Amino acid sequence: MKLNFHKNHKLLFGVVFWGFVALTLIIAVLPATWVQQQNEPLPASEPMTELQRKGLNIFISEGCVYCHTQQVRPIEMDENWGRPSAPGDYARINRQDVWRQTPAVLGSERTGPDLSNIGKRQPSDVWHYMHLYNPRSVVKESIMPSYPWLFEVVENPSDGATTVSMPEGYGPKNGTIIATREAEALVAYLKSLSQVPMDAWPSAAQQAKADSAVASAVKKKVNGATIYANNCASCHQNNGQGIQSTFPSLVGAAYVTEKDPTRHIRAVLYGLQGVTIDGKDYTGVMQPFGELLSDEEVAAVINYERTNWGNDAPTITAEDVTKVRNNDELNKIQPNE
Amino acid sequence: MNNPSAVQSVGRPFTVEKAKAEERIDTSPESVKLIFTYIAFSAFWLVFGTLVGEYLGFKFVWPELDSISWFSFGRLRPVHTNILFWGFLSQAMIALALYVVPRTSQRELYSYKFGWVSFWLINTSVFFGVITLMAGINNGGQEYREIIWPIFLLFALGLILVAYNLYKTIADRNVKEIYISNWYILAACLWTIVLVVTAYLPGYQEDGISQTVVQGYYMHQGVGQWFTPMVLGLTYYFLPILLNKPIYSYSLGVLAFWTQMVFYTMIGAHHFVFSPIPWWIQTLAIVFSVGMFVPVTAGAGNFLLTMRGKWRSIARSYSLPFILAGVLFYAIVSYQGTLEAFRSLNKVWHFTNFTIAHSHMSMYGFVAFLVWGGIYGLIPRLTGKEPPQFTVGAHFWLALIGVLVYSVPLMIGGTLQGLSWMAGEAFIESVTLMTPYWVWRAVGGTMMFLSHLIFAYNVWKMRPDSWQRLRQVTELQTN
Ligand code: HEC
Ligand code: HEC
Ligand code: HEM
Ligand code: HEM
Repeated sequence: MKLNFHKNHKLLFGVVFWGFVALTLIIAVLPATWVQQQNEPLPASEPMTELQRKGLNIFISEGCVYCHTQQVRPIEMDENWGRPSAPGDYARINRQDVWRQTPAVLGSERTGPDLSNIGKRQPSDVWHYMHLYNPRSVVKESIMPSYPWLFEVVENPSDGATTVSMPEGYGPKNGTIIATREAEALVAYLKSLSQVPMDAWPSAAQQAKADSAVASAVKKKVNGATIYANNCASCHQNNGQGIQSTFPSLVGAAYVTEKDPTRHIRAVLYGLQGVTIDGKDYTGVMQPFGELLSDEEVAAVINYERTNWGNDAPTITAEDVTKVRNNDELNKIQPNE
Repeated sequence: MNNPSAVQSVGRPFTVEKAKAEERIDTSPESVKLIFTYIAFSAFWLVFGTLVGEYLGFKFVWPELDSISWFSFGRLRPVHTNILFWGFLSQAMIALALYVVPRTSQRELYSYKFGWVSFWLINTSVFFGVITLMAGINNGGQEYREIIWPIFLLFALGLILVAYNLYKTIADRNVKEIYISNWYILAACLWTIVLVVTAYLPGYQEDGISQTVVQGYYMHQGVGQWFTPMVLGLTYYFLPILLNKPIYSYSLGVLAFWTQMVFYTMIGAHHFVFSPIPWWIQTLAIVFSVGMFVPVTAGAGNFLLTMRGKWRSIARSYSLPFILAGVLFYAIVSYQGTLEAFRSLNKVWHFTNFTIAHSHMSMYGFVAFLVWGGIYGLIPRLTGKEPPQFTVGAHFWLALIGVLVYSVPLMIGGTLQGLSWMAGEAFIESVTLMTPYWVWRAVGGTMMFLSHLIFAYNVWKMRPDSWQRLRQVTELQTN
């Protein structure tokens, strides 16, 4: 009678309460403690700077985590985003302050791309600023919110201010856009997002493997159009026409249509910056893709450019790319010299 | 166990005629005032919270609706979820519990004063929570615990007070047995206190992904040890009493209770399948997700068997259809959840809009529908005022069709998203392919939102005439 759950409320609710406390210890508190004790940054990773940490706080405040994961799963479909994430990737993240918990950067939804390697994929400041000011200025189909409050519009920007020029129709009518300290911090954080190798002293081979993990997945089905959409369209646009005075057009461009593909291959392998193209200067920077894309993929994307949007140039093979890659002579001289 | 009639002997059996105005049951005016105020505020949060949800849904179709920081997607999304969790559903469930627990214990609520203090604590917490979230101050972006601790502490205190109040009521009951509803309801309060404390305490979740382990536990126990047992407990009261027959099997309810407590607690990590948290926790979570078959089948089966042979009463009632829909959704989303937990299917659905469909079918189809069933079942009997039949029907059908129009397209779209990623297509494809499904969501969401306006109107129609008259009527009745 006394030990009857139906009649003895102390017994019933005692078991319910303490039983749940015990289960909580087993499934949450103890494993969390264990994970915390094992927490160790990867040897090759660097501590976050003050600015990057501030950027992370803005990333959390603005709720970027509701649309972006930072979590590469150990399954084939995630190989595009990098190598599988390890606990060490997050080891340098900790509590923000007394008020706020450790940021949840892993995310639970991928409305936008995974950002584990965005620093590698998109190292251009200019692109990030334009994208944050209005994502549709660089990716037409984007549904990401604009963040104009991270910028200011001023009449006369002071020296040293980071100015942002937007394409027609996306900026204010008068005045110049400058990035606030918040925007600079956020971009510094985004650029710092880049997976490092798991080992302490990686051999060159391992390093290369880690870097090209992003690429290795696509190997099975090399498709120029997809590679272009994932790597190039954010700047040069789907229609290849680029964005006025920031990212050049590829349509009918000399680099793309000339018979000798060397310049074109080098632009993709080693990036391009500060070159006057057809008499115009571009403020954007193009990053090197040599480590991100295999020779086969570089060939595929170049052929895609060469045969699209009315371009009609001779196509190339992976061997042509290998040749350029292995030519130390060409390797040393950057295309912009 | 052989005395399930504790419920029946308590209140007068409710008749279930749709058209008939009910006789008021003799509850103290304090109680009516307290419960109705909770319900009125929860209706307010429902309208406000789903207005925000509606706006968020529109932003997927028109991302340029505004560029004001306080209204941006990343800030409003936690506003939406937190309002509906803590302001609408929690508050409405507590209101119903404040009636059911005293009723089945055959005595008055232990303290009305505590009831009011809880009310203010909860609403203040949600109010300031909303302001801080919109200002961009959140608790590390940890889903459902986004409100920072100084503010959420108020909610926790409110909940502790509710638990204490209910415990004292049950401890001093005038029946021998503790009715099964009270097991679920008070257990839910106790579990959630542990849960919230565990979620906010520092120490073991500071560095790296230790917080992720706690987040999995918290996220799922939030729905699994708070909303689920609360509404199930309420349904163990409202269903038999509205049908005027005892629950099909009392012992199935008890079985479901214990398995719920053990199995559900273990499955949190299924939110992080394939993530870098320890693999064994993930596997354990998947195994127990399959084990959830037991409490879900026992619970939903028990309700459906109770309804068997009473379909006509259900059709003639305006509260029972909500309960029927809620029970069906409970079974559907739970089996759906088990499927989502399998590694093979998780691959396709994880990170996609399929999860959003699951969230709304569960929080809305299951929890909100059962809460509405309870409200329409109870309030007219408390205040003696019935809402218009037509508007209750409009609420039911708009909400039901709305949630289906919302979630079925998202399930299809979510699956296509996953398949697109698997096929290695350009990422932006998975964004553009969603457009039609997001439009459907906006349509379904609009129907849902309209139904909530109607619900608020119905609550207004059910309001007590005036506290004064209420007192007089009660006195007349008791004399
Ligand atoms: C409503 C969901 C949503 C929110 C909120 C959101 N994004 Fe995005 N984001 C997207 C989508 C969709 C894309 C893909 C289209 C594009 O590039 O704009 C994207 C793309 C990106 C990219 C480019 C990724 C790549 O691989 O090219 C970056 C960087 C980015 N977002 C950063 C952020 C930051 C920083 C925030 C918070 C300030 C944020 N996003 C908030 C949806 C969102
Ligand atoms: C971050 C933005 C960015 C991305 C991503 C990018 N580019 Fe570029 N690209 C530029 C800029 C900026 C220039 C011009 C550089 C200069 O003027 O010095 C350029 C120049 C070029 C040129 C020579 C342009 C011409 O019009 O003559 C080619 C060819 C080219 N890019 C191809 C590619 C390919 C292929 C990819 C993808 C694998 C790619 N780019 C990705 C920014 C980008
Ligand atoms: C008018 C009705 C509603 C509309 C239009 C709506 C809309 C939305 C939208 C657009 C999102 C964001 C989805 C995303 O990030 O992809 C969302 C998330 C969410 N909503 Fe609603 N909602 C509504 C009602 C409700 C109700 C009543 C609840 C009950 C509690 C609820 C609970 C949630 C939850 C839990 C999430 C987070 C989902 C997740 O992370 O998986 N919603 N809602
Ligand atoms: C046996 C029962 C259930 C199982 C096995 C289950 C399983 C799951 C799984 C695996 C996910 C993660 C999906 C993903 O991210 O890929 C999930 C998400 C979710 N479930 Fe369930 N579910 C069950 C019942 C319920 C119930 C009854 C509710 C509501 C009361 C609910 C509410 C939610 C919510 C709100 C989410 C979204 C969490 C987020 O990402 O923000 N589930 N469920």
